[in-house]
Amino acid sequence: MADENGNGALQQFKDGVLSDNPVLVQLLGMCPTLAITNSVENALVMGAAASFVVICSNMITSLLRPLIHPHVRILIFTLTIATFVTLADRFLAANMYKVSKQLGAFIPLIIVNCMIICRAEVCAIKSGPLKSFCDACGIGIGFTMALVILGVVREILGNGTLLNYRIMPEAFYGTHEWVIMVLPPGAFLVLGIVIGVSNFIRQDKAGGAA
Amino acid sequence: MSDTDSASPTSQPPPKSEPPREFLVGSAPHMALGRSTPSVMFDVVLAMVPLLIAAIVLYRGWAVILTITTVAACLLTEAIFNACRKQSQSSLLDGSAIVTGMILAFSLPPKLPLYMAVIGGVVAIGLGKAVFGGLGQNLFNPAMVGRAFLMACFPVAMTTWAQPGDLATVGSVDAVTKATPLAAAKFGSDVVPITKDLFLGNVSGSLGEASALACLIGGIYLLLRGTANWRAPLGMLVAVVLFAGIAHQLAPDRYQGVLFYLNSGALMFGMFFIVTDYVGAPLTPIGRLLFGFGAGILVMIIRLFGGYPEGVMYSVLIMNALTPLIERWTVPEPFGGKVAAA
Repeated sequence: MADENGNGALQQFKDGVLSDNPVLVQLLGMCPTLAITNSVENALVMGAAASFVVICSNMITSLLRPLIHPHVRILIFTLTIATFVTLADRFLAANMYKVSKQLGAFIPLIIVNCMIICRAEVCAIKSGPLKSFCDACGIGIGFTMALVILGVVREILGNGTLLNYRIMPEAFYGTHEWVIMVLPPGAFLVLGIVIGVSNFIRQDKAGGAA
Repeated sequence: MSDTDSASPTSQPPPKSEPPREFLVGSAPHMALGRSTPSVMFDVVLAMVPLLIAAIVLYRGWAVILTITTVAACLLTEAIFNACRKQSQSSLLDGSAIVTGMILAFSLPPKLPLYMAVIGGVVAIGLGKAVFGGLGQNLFNPAMVGRAFLMACFPVAMTTWAQPGDLATVGSVDAVTKATPLAAAKFGSDVVPITKDLFLGNVSGSLGEASALACLIGGIYLLLRGTANWRAPLGMLVAVVLFAGIAHQLAPDRYQGVLFYLNSGALMFGMFFIVTDYVGAPLTPIGRLLFGFGAGILVMIIRLFGGYPEGVMYSVLIMNALTPLIERWTVPEPFGGKVAAA
């Protein structure tokens, strides 16, 4: 976790992607992770939107931090986040209408994504803009990476496609798709397996199951 | 947090001082059951031999290939998980993976594509058992977890039933598929077979469930040997007989008779081999009766009112989930009076 003065901006970035990965380690932002990872396209767009929001809100929070009274900080965080989520939501609706329809309520729901408010509380409110920026970038990339991993597995097995291109042998289509993978249980199963594998890999580093 | 801990990944932690040895003193009488996990599992395998024979008579080589495939997949998965956990491979020899593989094979359509059977075996052992900590730790019946996964994954392949005696590959032009008796009774798509065919097994369905007679032979062997407790099967039998009897009395033209529901589908197989599973079922005597009774009621609800023609798998999984609750309700009163609640 980010301590107040210790590690530098670069370390903060690396932690966000790997050892503090919001999805695979902190288990934050589970709602979009489970709901929209049935295709890589959705995962990428959701990851980009959430990254945009976390970067902007972290920057604003960091710049405003001398002015924010501790008692009202959660309110300020939420308003800042909501502003950028609205921006992202309108941008997607205007430019990527189809994807925006597919993601539905999950773009507005970025407002309540605990991963973003966590960064404001843990990092941005205590650190300067550079560190907050790197932190947000790391978290955003880590989030997108985890979503895309889930999306790749679920889309290939569930639909036989990758970014909507058919990549499996022709005999696969019709009756051999793993229907469960595009359904909610598939999200839980793949997420569990991916977290298990990532824990298995990290075991040497962290010493014991994390 | 990784910075401090990763400093010395190679150095071993200092050996812990040996814990003080505990001598457990128990009061007499000391009774040894003389049964071990392998002997229990071997009994179950032996009891499934009549089913395998029936399946071979009906489906020839398909039965052997499917059974060997799922058993091999289960054993291999068990071995891989043991290796990942750096545990000894001794759990391969206790036979539990073989039993899981056989039950899974017997609950699959006879001509299921083999790679699907492999997936079923991997899921059964991997997600059904190993992730919970291995034998005895699993919440749900592993074979049923594997089958439920396949059912959700490949709904078409899992409901394509070959006609007994027909040796062509499913999907080829001359393959004959046939509705199962339960589906025929439910959706009216085919002629409902007579009960004698159901009892002997000349009907389409999953590999091991076709012949009620074979299930009965294996099941009675298990009950006589004491390997399977009689309470859960009895509960299930009573529930099904009551439910089917009442339904048939109320609407004889819509619902078949009691014997039809007893002999068709996976009921006999489930009654003797699935609800008698040691791990997922309650330990208390009344709990076992309730477990079987609940499973029987759910089977009949799914069969008569649900979307699927057969429901043994889902009812067992649901009852598995209810097991902790049932156990809490049915704690037996010890000799000498109730123990004050802790």
